[in-house]
Amino acid sequence: MIEQKREKKFLTIFRRPSSETGIWSWITTVDHKKIGIMYGYAAFLFLLLGGLEALFLRIQLSQPDNNFLSAAEYNAMFTMHGTTMVFLAIMPISAAFFNYLLPLQIGARDVAFPRLNALSYWIWVFGGLFLYSTFIFGTAGAPQGGYLAEEIGWLGRAPNGGWFGYQPNAGFQYSPGTAMDYWAIGLQILGISSLVSAFNFITTILNMRAKGMRLMRMPVFTWMTFAVAFLLAFSLPIIAIALFFVTFDRQFGTTFFLVEGGGDPVLWQHLFWLFGHPEVYILILPAFGIVSEVLPTFSRKPLFGYAAIVFAGFGIAFIGFGVWAHHMFASSISTVAQAGFGISTMIIAVPTGVKIFNWLGTIWGGKLNLKTPMLFALGFIAMFVIGGLSGVTHSIVPADTQQTDTYYIVAHFHYVLFGGAMFGIFSGLYYWFPKLWGKMYNERLGQLHFWFMLIGFNLTFGPMHWLGLQGQIRRTWVYAEETNLGFWNLISTIGAFIIAISILLFMINWSYSKRKGPKAPMDPWDARTLEWTIPSPTPTWNFSTPPEVHNLDDFWHKKYDEDNEGRAVRKEGADEYVEELERDGLNPKSTIELPNPSYFPFVLSSGLPFLGYAVIYKSLAFLGIGLILLLIGGFGWAIEPLEEHIVGEEEE
Amino acid sequence: MSDHGYPHEITGVETRKLGMWVFLSTEILFFGTLITTYLIFKGRSFDGMRLEDVYDIPFTSVSSFVLLMSSLTMVLAHNAIEKSDQERTNIWLLSTALLGAVFLAGQIYEFTEFYHKGFTLDVNIYGSTFYVLTGFHGAHVFIGVVLLLILWGIGVRQEGLSLEGGMNLEFIALYWHFVDIVWIVLFTVVYLI
Repeated sequence: MIEQKREKKFLTIFRRPSSETGIWSWITTVDHKKIGIMYGYAAFLFLLLGGLEALFLRIQLSQPDNNFLSAAEYNAMFTMHGTTMVFLAIMPISAAFFNYLLPLQIGARDVAFPRLNALSYWIWVFGGLFLYSTFIFGTAGAPQGGYLAEEIGWLGRAPNGGWFGYQPNAGFQYSPGTAMDYWAIGLQILGISSLVSAFNFITTILNMRAKGMRLMRMPVFTWMTFAVAFLLAFSLPIIAIALFFVTFDRQFGTTFFLVEGGGDPVLWQHLFWLFGHPEVYILILPAFGIVSEVLPTFSRKPLFGYAAIVFAGFGIAFIGFGVWAHHMFASSISTVAQAGFGISTMIIAVPTGVKIFNWLGTIWGGKLNLKTPMLFALGFIAMFVIGGLSGVTHSIVPADTQQTDTYYIVAHFHYVLFGGAMFGIFSGLYYWFPKLWGKMYNERLGQLHFWFMLIGFNLTFGPMHWLGLQGQIRRTWVYAEETNLGFWNLISTIGAFIIAISILLFMINWSYSKRKGPKAPMDPWDARTLEWTIPSPTPTWNFSTPPEVHNLDDFWHKKYDEDNEGRAVRKEGADEYVEELERDGLNPKSTIELPNPSYFPFVLSSGLPFLGYAVIYKSLAFLGIGLILLLIGGFGWAIEPLEEHIVGEEEE
Repeated sequence: MSDHGYPHEITGVETRKLGMWVFLSTEILFFGTLITTYLIFKGRSFDGMRLEDVYDIPFTSVSSFVLLMSSLTMVLAHNAIEKSDQERTNIWLLSTALLGAVFLAGQIYEFTEFYHKGFTLDVNIYGSTFYVLTGFHGAHVFIGVVLLLILWGIGVRQEGLSLEGGMNLEFIALYWHFVDIVWIVLFTVVYLI
């Protein structure tokens, strides 16, 4: 008896959390849907912060010789804008989609490791907070006697060495103070989060697919998640090591990237872009996946060339590791390397082009249903093609050396990452809105959002093409009156504010429709994938009976037949079938086991920022706190039993 | 867990083990980047000490041998648990952890020795890469020892560690073997060539 008691004590540090509502239910949740929603909201907050930083930049550039921001503040703003949008906005919003949709699309109850999933979310949150705490605690002194020797306000407390952190500019000589340490360690923490989620998603896709869900029957969004997970898994270690080197250089006197000590600044560029270019595809592939779901649904046709799209996605992911030096044509790489990377850059345009033609083939001859998700998907194709074409021009080395560090580059990657990734993401947000909340969004507001965003976007980034070709240098806080760049810069700033209005429209639509929108049916778009075979909003237990799949686009085949001319004809009884699915989905026939919530992912990840502070301030106290939290979290996790709680009737 | 009709092991590999394989594949990239950097800088000219001026190959060979033996004891632990021999499992687990700890002690001794002879972290780029590379591996061994001790603790307190348990012996064994293999590569690259 006593033995047993002691054993019990040994097995738990805290009582198992049990709240189903309230803040603790969110902190301790391991449900992939709740984690997805938290990812989405937190990432959207960071998106707003990043957008605010962008507006500051645009205000400063709206007229020649402006003094809205100081040079140092401008540097801080573009550094934080880039870092935020990449690591704290687009990546986690994609992670929100992965989390919510992946298990639903492959017909699983949850991801392979629910607690690891919560862990990657909380690590990301604490990493983001750590990075942004630089605005409170950080210092970014101007280099002694340098051109930036001027007063710095609180905006200037942020890292100012660029999101690319080029060395030695981001080293301790030229970026003194602690701000760049916040950047380096913050990214390190965020990287751990992405790595953990990559293991989780790869394992989930390999091992947890529903019966009959062969690889070549998976939805394209799931395929792209798979590709992104591989990209994350194989590119993040490289930047992690490079960031280690930076931290050692800045804190412990090593000279990895300092020429004076025998180091090599170009090595940083190689390591950074070996990560950084796959990162570009990490940002864009989820949008490819979303659009590949939206286009067939709203064209009422199957996806044209499913296999081609899948293999093109993996082709992009693979070749994506072989093009990094096209970011470095202006550095000291040899002409042979320049030629080689120029060619590989042209080659990677091929699988991307394959996808574009597949999407066009999907729309071709379809009965288009121009709802908001479809508008965003079409906008995505158009904008991405512009960005892709300006991207191919970078493969011509002599032209690229002219364009390097001008606004032409800024125009290019915003067409790809905003016109591409963000348009895709908004398409997905509207498309799955009914599944998330069981309500419909307001179509009119949605379309208004789309047009405002499309116009604002093109006004902002279109002029940057010719501003860049006329010679406006990026990352520079002023331009002279005589350069005659003022007019188009003003237009660009106006465009940025139109984008801000469109985001506002989106927020109004989202928060209003979520509460007051009309009730959404289970399958409002007449869609094709498994997540539409369960009620909206998704029940806690996902599927009341484990699904079984016989075809690609299985749900569609259950609703439609082909007639003699190969056209889709709705089956008799399809509507009854859908109604029955909805009824069954709400009332599971047998018990369903759900993974239990846990405190430990939260506890474990809360230790990481302290370790970061410990490195920056060389403080044993912080080190102690951090290690204790890690130890409690890790040990508690290890001995926590994997028991599950049960929903549904105990017996028939 | 695998009832209720949800398939859990489509690949035929247990999910946690599969996750560990994916994790180890990224570890290759971590060490790959470090080793590449080391090799890039090794060929360059610089002032000051090199590892050759301070190292003691027989000593490091012995500690490497100790680490390799820990892989053997790990296999024995796995063998014992497959036969449900809890007592032996515990013994071999503890021996593995101890052998790992001996290796770590050797590394700490070695580092201190080098440091006193003047081969420090910031002596030159060679020193920097050496310490970061081998230190990164040492951190892995340390984490491995902690995991093994936790596993051993559960085994002792709970009677009956099984292959299905939350802390799975098999996937920690995978990690441990990986860390050992990496050391073979590091020892060759850093000390022998």
